[in-house]
Amino acid sequence: MWAYEKKLQYPVRVSKCDPLMAKFLMEQYGGADGELAAALRYLNQRYTIPDKVVGLLTDIGTEEFAHLEMIATMVYKLTKDATPAQMKAAGLGDHYAAHDSALFYTNAAGVPWTASYIAAKGDPIADLYEDIAAEEKARATYQWLIDMTDDVDLQDSLKYLREREIVHSLRFREAVEILKDKQDQRIYF
Amino acid sequence: MSASDQFRTYRPFLGPFDPCPPIQEKSYNVPPQLFISFQPPNLPQFSPYEALKYGTLWPALYGPYPDPSRKEAGGD
Repeated sequence: MWAYEKKLQYPVRVSKCDPLMAKFLMEQYGGADGELAAALRYLNQRYTIPDKVVGLLTDIGTEEFAHLEMIATMVYKLTKDATPAQMKAAGLGDHYAAHDSALFYTNAAGVPWTASYIAAKGDPIADLYEDIAAEEKARATYQWLIDMTDDVDLQDSLKYLREREIVHSLRFREAVEILKDKQDQRIYF
Repeated sequence: MSASDQFRTYRPFLGPFDPCPPIQEKSYNVPPQLFISFQPPNLPQFSPYEALKYGTLWPALYGPYPDPSRKEAGGD
């Protein structure tokens, strides 16, 4: 079970009225390498991974939901006051036709989220390498998002989220080292 | 690894008949986790405020973006 804290993991402030950026941010909401895919990928894999790294997948999977909330907040702030005309101008006309201003799990191109974005091979090394790749792809996505806005407040939150991908990637790499079970040969121990 | 050593550059081939003005140099990111296979204990830590701001407790894991050594970087 989870305990919910009614606050964001990191503050989200959006200072520029830019509904087009909301469309791009959707890539991290309902995209293949987005936060929803990340959370569901890790929280599903943890049942069939060695005990030593179950807690890591639980922790990171949970944090991904906290990131999902931050992305949702950004998208909501950027679209909640947009008129239908503004939504159309931002390339969100087809979204508006189906959802009004409601959020939905699609990528930046409007393609709905699908479980085929995530994997669970059951092989611990294969799954952890998948997770490392997912973190690097999410880091890259954040870089391209940072490149596409000049809103320094939005950039600030995106930079925080990008750094978390870096930390998660290292933790998954460490999980691989733990499962290799050869740490007694490393100089640190 | 310092925060200013996390980007690599290369110069792509430029054709004589390229339709658009060429980008002479391209860069890509090589963040710090690539160089740490297992985090050693007792690394120096940021202050709590800095750690929140940067998203990590350890300067060794901090990866800035865009490349801080590039002045023009920082959005369009």
